[in-house]
Amino acid sequence: MTESLHHLRVEEVSFCYPHFELASISFEAHSGEVVAIIGPNGSGKSTLLEIVSGHLEPQGGKVTLDGADLHRLPPRPLARRVGLARQETILLFSFEVREFVRQGRHPHLGHSLFESPEDERWVDWAIDKTRLAEFAGRRVLEMSSGEFQRAVLARTLAQRPQLVLLDEPTANLDIGYQIEMFRLLRNLALSEGFIAVVVTHELNLASELADELILLERGRCLAKGTAEQVLQPDLLSRVFRTPILVDRNPSSGRPRLTWVAAPA
Amino acid sequence: MTSRKRGTRSLTLPATPRNVIVVVTVLCLLLVLTVLVSLTMGAVHLPWSDVWAALASPGTNSQAAVIVREIRLPRILLAILVGAALSVAGTGLQALLRNPLADPYVLGISSGAAVGAIFALWIGGRIAAASPLAAFVGAVITMVWVYLLGRHGGRLASYTLILAGVITASFLSAVILFMLTLLSTRDMRGIAFWLMGDLSVTSITELRILAPAIMLAIVGLYVLAKDLNVLLLGAEEAAHLGVNVVRVELGVYLLASLLTGIAVSASGAIGYLGLLVPHLGRMLLGNDHRLLLPTAALGGAILLVLSDTLARTVVATAELPVGAVTAMAGAPVFIYLLRKTAG
Repeated sequence: MTESLHHLRVEEVSFCYPHFELASISFEAHSGEVVAIIGPNGSGKSTLLEIVSGHLEPQGGKVTLDGADLHRLPPRPLARRVGLARQETILLFSFEVREFVRQGRHPHLGHSLFESPEDERWVDWAIDKTRLAEFAGRRVLEMSSGEFQRAVLARTLAQRPQLVLLDEPTANLDIGYQIEMFRLLRNLALSEGFIAVVVTHELNLASELADELILLERGRCLAKGTAEQVLQPDLLSRVFRTPILVDRNPSSGRPRLTWVAAPA
Repeated sequence: MTSRKRGTRSLTLPATPRNVIVVVTVLCLLLVLTVLVSLTMGAVHLPWSDVWAALASPGTNSQAAVIVREIRLPRILLAILVGAALSVAGTGLQALLRNPLADPYVLGISSGAAVGAIFALWIGGRIAAASPLAAFVGAVITMVWVYLLGRHGGRLASYTLILAGVITASFLSAVILFMLTLLSTRDMRGIAFWLMGDLSVTSITELRILAPAIMLAIVGLYVLAKDLNVLLLGAEEAAHLGVNVVRVELGVYLLASLLTGIAVSASGAIGYLGLLVPHLGRMLLGNDHRLLLPTAALGGAILLVLSDTLARTVVATAELPVGAVTAMAGAPVFIYLLRKTAG
């Protein structure tokens, strides 16, 4: 099932905190593409993601999705188009996984107080895609942090957004789930036609699975393009403050980063 | 509508329209039963036939009919309204503050109402007779004050709101104690009853004002039920899911505070209901407000009618303040619940 093509344009967005400035950043993406925002801590990745989500108004520039300015949309229409999943605070309330994922349908409920059969179908779909079916009846509080992250992703998917934004979605996942999550994102972006923008520290995963990488440092975009273009050893070594080697992943041919072991 | 994949069993009751209707119907039946039983009990035990006669033919003027109509029915109706109001207010505030241990008094509303009432009684005379109104005024002033104090960045952030409420409540408690020292001992007994809850002082006229106000506020909160569900995830997460957080938080604050203010003005500060009933509801049915709110309303009504019946009958010649009954019964139940969920 392919939907109509979507187009994200981030034009010259900038933002100023008291001690930090995000300089004018631009990029574009289309349906089926995965964009990875990478960079050292404090480089403004999360700020940029929040601006792209429509929830943080930039001081300059704008973000449009299919021509609509995301910062001019009211909360519910925005939530129907854009799904944002971040590190969440621990809940004091005990939700079942299915209930938790069902919250993702909230922007679509309109005036109705209850979910429709179609809403429940999308919840089932999201649970199925993130392989949470065996957890569906369990309490969210009982899950490991990795399982919880998958539940958060499922909830975001249940929103059926055109733009999926994830802030470090693999932070607590083991390597198997990390790869699975990225692959899932990539496949779903293609099959469902959404645009995925992911902030991540997993540089090798980004290299394998992202169509475009954006490297930030101290609020500035240092490089933008394919993995080959962005993952340059000199640039990375400087930005991440440690010597980094770049060779190729033997199975895929994509750039692969290795850090240099400390001298003996 | 529930997923029946691979043998997973849902532990909570999903909030479908059918389930809501079923739960509401069952609780309503329980409530009616409780009311009917309660009408037979009191200082004078009335046989069931007398109660039925009094209810069925309003013209009857037997002693039983008078007891039922003028004394027991009004206070039972008040218990239903106040029980529902406090329980729903507690549920709403727990969502607003994102804390399952919040109760309707944590924001100081009841203390404000008490100050209003005591102040009126102190002035005496005609003002004293209007003490419920004075209590309500006190509650509203406190509600506005705590809102202004607890606002942060245009929002009602739970942290600042709780602080504002707790500080206000403790200040007002000091004011109450101060005022109590100025009152004569004759007035003290009336105050004590008021502070611990008193369902006996009511009339059909008063109920005619209270009932629509309380029911409207409860319906208002029910309209926000699905937003409240999402609000439990956190303010930012709720915003990302399309909730207008500022508006919903303000709406919940207003409605929950009004419910508390009305309840406390009508019957004094009855404790534990606003904390226990939502908690019991969560344990039995989960956190979905579409089920939880009606359950809290009806469950609170049932429990308060029961408590009031106990208050009237446990001691043969006297009447216990109903707040004492809810506290004495509520505290052990609460401790039991705490131990059970802590495991």
